[in-house]
Amino acid sequence: MGPSERTVAVNGAPCRVWEMGRGEPVGFLAGLGGVPRWSPFLDALAARRRVVVPSLPGFPGATGLDQLDDLTDWIAATLDLLDGAGLAGADLVGASVGGMLAAEVAALSAASVRRLVLVAPYGLFDAAAPTRDVFAVRQEELPALLSAHPERLLERAVPPSGADPAEWPIVLARASTAAARLLWPLGERGLVKRLHRVKAPTLLVWGEQDRVLPPSYAQRFAAAITGTVKACTIPDAGHLVDLDAPEALAAAIHAFLR
Amino acid sequence: MKLCWFHLMPYTELPEDFKEKHSSVWVDIDSRLFDPARAHLMYNDFLDELELAAEVGFDGICVNEHHSNGYGLMPSPNLMAAALARRTRDAALIVMGNSLALYNPPTRVAEEFAMLDCLSGGRLVAGFPVGTPMDTCFAYGQNPSQLRDRYLEAHDLVMRAWTEPEPFIFHGRYNQQRYVNPWPRPLQKPHPPIWIPGGGSVETWRWCAEKDYVYSYLSYFGYKAGAATMKGFWDEMDRLGKDRNPYRAGFLQFVGVAETSAEAFELYREPAEYFYGRCLHIDPRFAQAPGYMSEASMRAKIQSMVAQAAQGGPSGPATSQELSASPFEDIIERGYVIIGSPDEVADKLREVAVNLNVGQMMVLLQFGNMSKQLTTYNTRLFASHVAPQLRDLFDDRYENRWWPQPLRADARAEPRELGPGDAGAGGRAADVRRSTRPAMAR
Repeated sequence: MGPSERTVAVNGAPCRVWEMGRGEPVGFLAGLGGVPRWSPFLDALAARRRVVVPSLPGFPGATGLDQLDDLTDWIAATLDLLDGAGLAGADLVGASVGGMLAAEVAALSAASVRRLVLVAPYGLFDAAAPTRDVFAVRQEELPALLSAHPERLLERAVPPSGADPAEWPIVLARASTAAARLLWPLGERGLVKRLHRVKAPTLLVWGEQDRVLPPSYAQRFAAAITGTVKACTIPDAGHLVDLDAPEALAAAIHAFLR
Repeated sequence: MKLCWFHLMPYTELPEDFKEKHSSVWVDIDSRLFDPARAHLMYNDFLDELELAAEVGFDGICVNEHHSNGYGLMPSPNLMAAALARRTRDAALIVMGNSLALYNPPTRVAEEFAMLDCLSGGRLVAGFPVGTPMDTCFAYGQNPSQLRDRYLEAHDLVMRAWTEPEPFIFHGRYNQQRYVNPWPRPLQKPHPPIWIPGGGSVETWRWCAEKDYVYSYLSYFGYKAGAATMKGFWDEMDRLGKDRNPYRAGFLQFVGVAETSAEAFELYREPAEYFYGRCLHIDPRFAQAPGYMSEASMRAKIQSMVAQAAQGGPSGPATSQELSASPFEDIIERGYVIIGSPDEVADKLREVAVNLNVGQMMVLLQFGNMSKQLTTYNTRLFASHVAPQLRDLFDDRYENRWWPQPLRADARAEPRELGPGDAGAGGRAADVRRSTRPAMAR
């Protein structure tokens, strides 16, 4: 059985919210590519919690990207989305792009997040160890850059049943556009000055084979966050940890949120 | 028709093994390949060539903007146009152009173009490209999905800066400026003619039609590949109820003239292979930036690919990477470069102008590593034996409303001749008091 689906309006534009499971809610803000289809990771998370997956503007299931000009707009949209999805004050998992916004929200609106899980979050920059430019990669090299199991990324890109196959490439391209609109040109956008305001207990997760964000970034996050920080590394996982190691990631999250 | 001489200003000494040893001519091109002392000679050769083109009667001379680019050494075409304004008299100065979204505030473009228009006595054509992803998003760090909006807003700012009589507040989404009031102002009224270099997007065509601007298709791939785009443009003009005045359209074509076609084949092989081989060796990872292409254009592209596949027809070369490998025979066969005797070239260009319905013809007579000697030969032969056969085309039926309107000759400045150093030779007080400036018109 699939997730239930509803929409939340952010700046008047509909954003999809998927939900599955029972118990205390935990939100998931996805990373590069968004959530084009329900995934084994979300199943594993839903086995023990009620998982709520709102789509950020521009990512699959959500529009309204054109209205987001700067980082303030993105943070406000994320707060609106979390409120609309019933996630205000709930535990929050953010991965990659979603991790950056989860960290921003936790820094600027402490009441919005109970406990925080950041999975290879964007948001910092180290000139001595720059992030890879995921927006300037030859098409055929991208899957292996993002994932330790590139074939899964290709499977994820297949149009789900019911999707318009002619429109599907646009949906996927829009997800890249959305990430680029937030991150371009991949520098630090002020989070480093705000991270000390994150007081929520935080779990930092990194894929051992992340080729996009160097693992040294985990230490930077851990050092700057005021709340208690636990860190863990997931083997056999690249940047898209939820795709590469769904069970291991879900287990780490369950253990932390227990 | 108008014949305009276009220079890309390529670095002419990329090594022979450039394609094998280097990943890209653009964005992350190896800076160790750039020798400033050689560039000194190149820039001066290139300006000589443009000046010669003006002198032998080309209607306009064209420069353009690229960044971190081994085949386009003009991050600032305005600098080149300024130098040319002083050393040419009648040719239109066609700056193709300034990528509006890259200037902060874009008022800078209004100012510099107004300077050029004043300096040249009203000979400026103002080109406004959006700019490629390589130039704008990668080399200049612009956010790809905001680029077009920024461009459109910057355009509005520049046009207001040129036409509003009072200082004004510009309160845009991307630009806010409390006092917009450029000095100088353009000489041409209400403003210089505006040409839009663009790809083949229907949005650009509609916008050019709405604003009454010239649409210019600056492809490196010649009249055969360009025919479909120009047909698309004219079909759209028909739908919008615009006339088929060929001066609405500009087109770029590489040309090599010689006394015989056999000679042309021999002379232009090396520079053509240099350009299509080394200069277009662009790493495909920079060819697109996420959000650079509008969703409407993306849909149109997908549909046309589906349609072509359904017809079993060729889908055409998708990237410049695929196009760049061509040996000279392919380059000629595909029409990237037109070569031949003067009569052959004139016939072909006439056919191209008529078929594509292009009145503002831009020709590239220096390309790749072509030497100044060969460029001079090509330019002189074209001017003396090709241009006269083409000049009258379209003029009996259409008015070119998109051409500069310079000052009358007797109202123009006379730049001082370069002479031997004469710093010590002062004049007499009587001479100093007498103005040599033409009287002010009241």
